[in-house]
Amino acid sequence: MIEQFADTIRRAVSDRRTLRIRGGGTKDFYGVALDGDVIDTRAHAGVIDYEPSELVVTARAGTSLADLETVLADKGQMLAFEPPRLGPDSTIGGVISAGFSGPRRATSGSARDYVLGVKVMNGDGAELRFGGQVMKNVAGYDMSRLMAGACGTLGLLTEVSLKVLPVPRTELTVRLELPEADAIATMNRLAGTPLPISATCHHDDVLSVRLSGAEPAVAAARASIGGEIVADGAAFWESVRNQRHSHFVRHTTLWRLSVRSTVLPIDLGPTLIEWGGALRWIAGNADPEKIHEAATAAGGHATLYRGGNKTCGIQRLAPGMLALQQRLKQALDPHGVFGARRLHPTF
Amino acid sequence: MGKPESIDALLPPLAGKAELVRRLAAVLPPECLFDATEDMTPYECDGLSAWRTVPLVVALPQNEAQVAAVMKICNEVRVPIVPRGAGTGLSGGAQPHSGGVTLGLSKMKSILALDPVARTARVQPGVRNLAISEAAARHGLYYAPDPSSQIACSIGGNVAENSGGVHCLKYGLTVHNLLALRLVTIEGEILELGGEGLDAAGYDLMALITGSEGLLGIVTEITVKLLPKPQLARVVMAAFDSLERAGEAVANIIAAGIIPAGLEMMDQLATGAVEQFVHAGYPLDAAAVILCESDGTPEEVAAEIEHMSQVLRDSGATECRLSRDDAERLLFWSGRKAAFPAVGRLMPDYYCMDGTIPKRRLGEVLKGIAALSQQFDLKCPNVFHAGDGNLHPLIMFDANVPGQQERAEEFGARILELCVEVGGTITGEHGVGIEKINQMCVQFGTAEIETFHAVKHAFDPVGLLNPGKAIPTLQRCAEYGAMHVSRGKEAFSDLPRF
Ligand SMILES: Cc1cc2nc3c(=O)[nH]c(=O)nc-3n(C[C@H](O)[C@H](O)[C@H](O)COP(=O)(O)OP(=O)(O)OC[C@H]3O[C@@H](n4cnc5c(N)ncnc54)[C@H](O)[C@@H]3O)c2cc1C
Repeated sequence: MIEQFADTIRRAVSDRRTLRIRGGGTKDFYGVALDGDVIDTRAHAGVIDYEPSELVVTARAGTSLADLETVLADKGQMLAFEPPRLGPDSTIGGVISAGFSGPRRATSGSARDYVLGVKVMNGDGAELRFGGQVMKNVAGYDMSRLMAGACGTLGLLTEVSLKVLPVPRTELTVRLELPEADAIATMNRLAGTPLPISATCHHDDVLSVRLSGAEPAVAAARASIGGEIVADGAAFWESVRNQRHSHFVRHTTLWRLSVRSTVLPIDLGPTLIEWGGALRWIAGNADPEKIHEAATAAGGHATLYRGGNKTCGIQRLAPGMLALQQRLKQALDPHGVFGARRLHPTF
Repeated sequence: MGKPESIDALLPPLAGKAELVRRLAAVLPPECLFDATEDMTPYECDGLSAWRTVPLVVALPQNEAQVAAVMKICNEVRVPIVPRGAGTGLSGGAQPHSGGVTLGLSKMKSILALDPVARTARVQPGVRNLAISEAAARHGLYYAPDPSSQIACSIGGNVAENSGGVHCLKYGLTVHNLLALRLVTIEGEILELGGEGLDAAGYDLMALITGSEGLLGIVTEITVKLLPKPQLARVVMAAFDSLERAGEAVANIIAAGIIPAGLEMMDQLATGAVEQFVHAGYPLDAAAVILCESDGTPEEVAAEIEHMSQVLRDSGATECRLSRDDAERLLFWSGRKAAFPAVGRLMPDYYCMDGTIPKRRLGEVLKGIAALSQQFDLKCPNVFHAGDGNLHPLIMFDANVPGQQERAEEFGARILELCVEVGGTITGEHGVGIEKINQMCVQFGTAEIETFHAVKHAFDPVGLLNPGKAIPTLQRCAEYGAMHVSRGKEAFSDLPRF
């Protein structure tokens, strides 16, 4: 398989064509453009190494997310960044390349945070190895974490090593009826207390809070937070994580704003809030300029996640930063063979 | 170790020392610029004190604008720049360049903003690691990564090394606890990375800069995450009569689904070395001592401590002691935290290694180290971050005894190569610096090293930032490869020999 990938890449370079790396295609909706001939990673699949007591799993990039999660669940472990499962064909390579994280992100960290090492094929068809299968590694620049969120524009991921964590012993979800501004204040206040909170979500005047950990700890936290216990909490978080919640299903145009957690409600459309206030999903067709302005004022940035006019939804980068990112793309993909224009009109 | 200036040659500078000093004096106040040898001696080394070089000039800017001005001048006259925080680095990252400017960030030590509601602090690079937690304490918050050097080391240095601490198994390394950085480039341009949200636009450069050892830019501002202080922490001290059994106990704890707040191990030589200074009550007849900490709400801690103690006893612990109060908890930790200085008091010199290995290979690697210790005839106590497989063998030697330093260096190099052999890495948290530059050639192949150079080139095309550190030239690897044959085949056989 590796030889085949290398051949395809070298051929594309010599024919001056570009390649679009694709796993299950569950994120085809995402990104600025989908240029290039598809190179499908799914045949390069399989968990290569998994030792639960090391908290590390290594899998080929084409391994399906579902298969990987089953292997981990068998040993009571999980991907703690809770990547959205956007379809049955989702691959781990795609998950890491897109860099999406789910509800647990605010307390447990992002997809990038759990990357320990990668194998990545460059434009010469050479397979390079960065990072490793150990928890701590500062030899050389951290190229592996740079691949997370690069949307396949810096090289073809062939293998990833990820840190994994034990599944919490108990989880419990409570709901509190609160308008948006009060919910934002509450999320930030709770995050400043040492309670075992593992996710928060606000939508339609309801704040949902998930508690995870040992049973007595969860019970004590529940007593201090109050609210009403949600009977099927797990199903609710699944719907948020997998973007099957009505907010995601109902709206075709969806902006994703990554902002300071304490920012007051951004009144530009129906909103679902996650990550203790740091992630705002704003639906509808507000003026893109206003959305970008609001995100910048909130110390963050906006992306048109889905629908709408792609060119208005591109992440804004300051001129110096844009130039640096272009140089980096040029340095790592000098032939310009990988997924041009997926992340930005120029890379 | 390798001399940075021998083969990693730079283009000649375009100005002499007098001209450089004249130009720097125009942008820095007199008390921020040293060029006399006697004033520069305190800067001649970092924590890797066996290596000393007096820099050409020391510049200590007071603010970001001065940093940018110094960068512009050095870039114009092609003079190398070596960033320096508190100088506690153990791999020679801040080791001066005899023809370069040492750019110290020690005067930039303000906490610029602390937002207790959003739980963030925006600080200058010269702020000491512990000072952040001290400032956050009145809000019930703290900054989690806690290197043992935290009373002295700077947050800028922590970013440059991606430093860890005894709590990073549960709370992450520096890279996991940052939100934003300001970076001054070699051209003197100011870049903002990350943001106040949890992720940033475009490529994620935060992780690339973290751990880049001052080779890509000068970090002039850092926004860190603050965490709520756990209500309670308690530690179990467990003794084992064999290193293998202690290693298995570590694996059993993790396999039981526990992520301790800290999980550390010391071997008998190490406990022997520290006990006489700290009187922590370590069982001196034990082959290994494990410290296993739980933190959280009282309910969480109670449940977790019970579970941990059970696993430790089932794994064959000969003794388990639970800290009664916080004073005793700190006492149990004191020996671990003071291990380096304690060893330093037993022997004139010690050399601290930093390899990381898959935990299941622990027994094998410790045996290998013991054999090497005999072969090189140097003592080597071991302390390690057991939970994440990060070893700190401390090679004891006396530099005044002819040959000992060379033996210690050779011993260290063999340990690192052993770590790579079992699937680990040459450095978990102390960085490559100049100390492990040759072992980079063992860890990586030509194509990976070329990729590192391509990244460097995108930030610093002339190569003026911290030259000769962290990333070896291919020439260096060819020379090193000519002496060492790694993994049965010669490294870099395709490169011309010099
Ligand atoms: C007794 C002792 C115990 C230690 N324990 C630990 C430990 O538990 N865990 C751990 O990880 N480390 C430990 N260390 C190592 C050391 O303290 C860390 O590497 C620390 O982060 C270095 O910080 P510093 O400010 O002293 O940096 P320096 O030593 O001054 O510099 C380190 C590197 O960072 C670069 N640099 C510094 N500031 C900047 C900046 N603003 N911008 C760009 N580059 C910069 C320098 O060029 C150099 O390459 C220990 C050291 C000692 C002496």
